[in-house]
Amino acid sequence: MKYVDEFREPERVGALLEAIAALTGKVVAERGRPLHIMEVCGGHTHAIFKYGIAKMLPAEIELVHGPGCPVCVLPIGQVDDCVAIAETPGVIFTTFGDAMRVPGSKKSLLQAKAEGADIRMVYSPLDALALARANPEREVVFFGLGFETTMPATAFTILQAEAEQIRNFSLFCNHITIIPTMQALLESPDLNLDGFIGPGHVSMIIGMRPYQFIAEKYRLPLVVAGFEPLDILHSLWMVVKQLAEGRAEIENQYGRVVPVDGNVAALDAIGRVFELREFFEWRGLGSIDHSGVRMRKAYAHFDAERKFAVPSQRVADPQSCQCGDVLKGLIKPRQCKVFGTTCTPEMPLGALMVSSEGACAAYYQYGDFESRNGNLVVDAA
Amino acid sequence: MCLGIPGQIVAITDAQRKLASVDVGGVKREINIACVLAERPIEACIGDWVLVHVGFAMSRINAEEAAKTLKLLIELGEAQQEFMAMRQSGRA
Ligand code: SF4
Repeated sequence: MKYVDEFREPERVGALLEAIAALTGKVVAERGRPLHIMEVCGGHTHAIFKYGIAKMLPAEIELVHGPGCPVCVLPIGQVDDCVAIAETPGVIFTTFGDAMRVPGSKKSLLQAKAEGADIRMVYSPLDALALARANPEREVVFFGLGFETTMPATAFTILQAEAEQIRNFSLFCNHITIIPTMQALLESPDLNLDGFIGPGHVSMIIGMRPYQFIAEKYRLPLVVAGFEPLDILHSLWMVVKQLAEGRAEIENQYGRVVPVDGNVAALDAIGRVFELREFFEWRGLGSIDHSGVRMRKAYAHFDAERKFAVPSQRVADPQSCQCGDVLKGLIKPRQCKVFGTTCTPEMPLGALMVSSEGACAAYYQYGDFESRNGNLVVDAA
Repeated sequence: MCLGIPGQIVAITDAQRKLASVDVGGVKREINIACVLAERPIEACIGDWVLVHVGFAMSRINAEEAAKTLKLLIELGEAQQEFMAMRQSGRA
């Protein structure tokens, strides 16, 4: 496929790996310790394991898997709210497939569906709106989650619902924002990072400038990266090159998709429909100021939070679950006491085991990542 | 969640709702293209390569930038070959 295959060519991998290894050797010799580089986005985490990239890298590069998987950071209380709305008589509850198996305190959406709730997986919020058009006697709720990448889609869907005066449609808004999250991470005292692989698709919306503080205040390099194997290796090379040259800059490896200014039309739609919440509760990370959005008053009649009496209880994670430590990069998934025993993709205890973008699911699915080799796994694509 | 896939706009299907038929790896689907109009008449979008995410075209793929990145990757490979040749030169 155009714009995909050419960024997957296995022949180019060797040279990139050599270049990364040479620079890494230099920096590690200077610093006297291995390098910790965080990929913020769950899409990158998934690709890194799927293509076997983690295995190819020099042993002195430790990839830290960041919090950029919206399903993984969904608190239990929010899942309970979804179930409560979905079980309201007359409701068709629609969601992206990823969220179906996230455990709530009593059940997941999948279990609620098995028990008879009308829950439907959709590819796009527009498909949820189409369901509302087709079923005027039912109340159709779309579960909006995701970072800035997905926000414009739900914002445009709400604007479309408004234009068509569709009254039986609402959004349960759980969107989260990347910059306050990275800010909170950078302020966390136990964090120890040398640089970032920046989220590619969030950046195509917000652009490059919002990251500037990471270079200026924290003196860390960040390279916005594409999702193909060569993109990720190229970006790692760019990060390590900055470290070798003593630079801390915000660079764009994914220029074919990410414009410096982001997407103006998308940002405009987001601004019209959403406003920042004072704080948002994250699974494993606790409450982070201004890290989520809610719907503006002007769109109150499309706001499921106002239409339904959602219980909004805070529910603590199970004792045995160490998702928070994994999300902060303090432990590897394998080090969680329940990894692979009481927590598996079939019976997940924590959300990191649910989503294909979650670090635990990636470790589980792609197993033996410890043995290093230089082979790109492209046929698994 | 944040993944996207490249596709090409092949026809406008609903100008008012800004919907177009987009060919994604041989499969056609109706996609909202409001985010990639950039003040052009809607027909001008036909032929554009876009990044598709949850039913929306979120970014126009920039062919020049794609070529630039590929060129960099190729150069990096060539430079690396030179280094290797230098390092291995004369070794038994
Ligand atoms: S193994 Fe399960 S409980 Fe442990 S951190 Fe991973 S997802 Fe959370």
